[in-house]
Amino acid sequence: MLHINNLHASINGSPILRGVNLEIRDGEVHAIMGPNGSGKSTLAQILAGRESYQVDQGSVLWNGLDLLSLPAEERARNGLFLAFQYPVEIPGVSNAYFLKAAMNAMRRQQGLAELDAMDCLARIKTEMAAVGMKEEFLYRSVNTGFSGGEKKRNEVLQMLLLEPTLAILDETDSGLDIDALKTVSEGINRLRSPTRSMIVITHYQRLLDTIVPDHVHVLSQGRIVRSGGRELALEIEANGYAGIATSDASATAGPVTGIAP
Amino acid sequence: MSTIEFWLAEHRRQSPDLPGAKLPWLAALRARAITRFAEAGWPTRREENWHHTSLEFMQRFVLAGAAHTAPQSVLRTLQRTDSDAHWLVFVDGRYAPDLSAIGALPAGAHIGSLADALAQDAEQVKVAFAESCNGDIGEEGEAGDSPAALNTAFAADGAWIHLASGVVVDQPIHIVCIFAGTSHRHLRHLICAEAGARVSVAEHYPANEAAPTLTTAITRIKAGADSRIEHFKLQQENRLAIHLAGIDVEQARGARFASHSLSFGARLARTDIHTRLAGEGAEALLNGLYCADGETHVDHHTRIEHAKPLGLSREYYRGLLAGHAHGVFAGRIIVAPDAQQTDALQRCDSLLLSPFAKSDTRPELEIHADDVKCAHGATVGQLDEEAQFYLRSRGINAAEARQWLTYAFASTALERIASAPLQELACVALRALLHETTESGDKP
Repeated sequence: MLHINNLHASINGSPILRGVNLEIRDGEVHAIMGPNGSGKSTLAQILAGRESYQVDQGSVLWNGLDLLSLPAEERARNGLFLAFQYPVEIPGVSNAYFLKAAMNAMRRQQGLAELDAMDCLARIKTEMAAVGMKEEFLYRSVNTGFSGGEKKRNEVLQMLLLEPTLAILDETDSGLDIDALKTVSEGINRLRSPTRSMIVITHYQRLLDTIVPDHVHVLSQGRIVRSGGRELALEIEANGYAGIATSDASATAGPVTGIAP
Repeated sequence: MSTIEFWLAEHRRQSPDLPGAKLPWLAALRARAITRFAEAGWPTRREENWHHTSLEFMQRFVLAGAAHTAPQSVLRTLQRTDSDAHWLVFVDGRYAPDLSAIGALPAGAHIGSLADALAQDAEQVKVAFAESCNGDIGEEGEAGDSPAALNTAFAADGAWIHLASGVVVDQPIHIVCIFAGTSHRHLRHLICAEAGARVSVAEHYPANEAAPTLTTAITRIKAGADSRIEHFKLQQENRLAIHLAGIDVEQARGARFASHSLSFGARLARTDIHTRLAGEGAEALLNGLYCADGETHVDHHTRIEHAKPLGLSREYYRGLLAGHAHGVFAGRIIVAPDAQQTDALQRCDSLLLSPFAKSDTRPELEIHADDVKCAHGATVGQLDEEAQFYLRSRGINAAEARQWLTYAFASTALERIASAPLQELACVALRALLHETTESGDKP
């Protein structure tokens, strides 16, 4: 479903991604781990269509579409979702209005009738309960004045409502306490299905205890330097990133597919 | 013929028939005003208060009658939004009783036309009228006030609102000024609220078909002790119109005054808002939103004068500037030596929606007391790129995302409008305006 081939990207002339290769099939959950500054978030933002990064080389094929040629909104309407590491505050736009517009943008794309305010609200309230959000968050401005945890819940809420086919979760676990982490992971797990793929970006392996990935990749200095199964995450937790990056130098040479041998 | 000669000739022609022409005091005021205007001419950039807005082009500005618009249709749109309110309608600067609907009023409230008041009982308006001219022809006249003098010379009519002490008018009083064929109009609105009175007054200058027209409008508000006055102004004139306005307020002890100036139209709109906190513990809110695009120019000059102790003033202006528009905000705060424990805050934030739009902001604090809290701040920015990306990443069109963020920025100003029907009216006007000005290529 997603094929990233030799992706190079930079911002203001300084390279961040230096040849990322990754293949994700329908229904797979891939975890991308890596130290700070390794390019994890850049990869996520580029896949979602952020225009401030310059793609210098490479391609991304998504269900036969040239992903990089699509504007962000079309990627979203075709089923790509990015849960932001730092969700953006938008004062003056109510969360309810925002969620309804996003849901209906998706439905229009799918040729479905738009939901009216009542139906939307009913859907939203059900999912809010599932991620442990109080109803008052409907009427507040998008993310404005939300705590770190509330923002992350709001991201997962959007994901549950938009039901993407490719979900990218960028450090959704950061800033969450144990209880919030549990609610959020349950929400994410509920979306797992044979037709939906996920990229879970995380710095720590604790999220992967609940969202068990099919594949784990280590991104370092803009390249995937190692790929493996679940056990790779545990190894990172035990040894840190320092050992990992150098222990498999061959991985940096050729393309690494995300497919386990 | 220069336009000064045009105005002199026009004054000779019109003045014998102006309301109150037979009143010696008024005839004298008007005569002094036209002389002052002719001597001073239109303000140019050389004058301090007109540094960013020159009216020099008015020397060659040829007025043309506004294309006929049907006042009824303008009114229907407005009145639907607030049917219980009190409506005073002025067509081409003259009171139109057939179109007005004053409605039921509490005892002690008088709402009507200034021309009628001059005809029936000139004495009751004499003081207020004369006071409202101090700025432009009195001893304290300042350079650059010639447009106000022109208004005094020609003002034929306007609203006359008088509230006796303690009178509360629940529904807003709307003053609607419609062009239906003339090329210039000059309105003088006088609002006197005695102690403890409460009222919301809304001035409307709705759009008519595009034609080069001139509007001058001066509003004088006297806010008695502990009165509460909310003044709202919605200026939506056509793209060729010139709109020059002054709002002049005097606040007695404990009076609370709020001004909401929404400037959405005209080729050039200049509004001077002055309030004097003349009594202890008075409070003023000066709230403004200006939106301009194309080649238009919008200028607000405000002056808050803290004359007595314990005054509070809050000033918030927001500007949305697109195309090649030029927005100006100059905010002066004066704290007199006697005005200890004044608390004054001023903010002006503008959003540039095009690389060619321009914003000039000038705060001016003149503080002569030592125990005061005064702060000011100004920003000029563009739409937040991250916020646009966030909305687009949820499937919302780029154009729609920009429109949302623009509306969100501007609507902050509308949230400060206390009167619910006026706030609703402002929201409708803002939405219509943004819908017009935002390019919406990929909208259904």
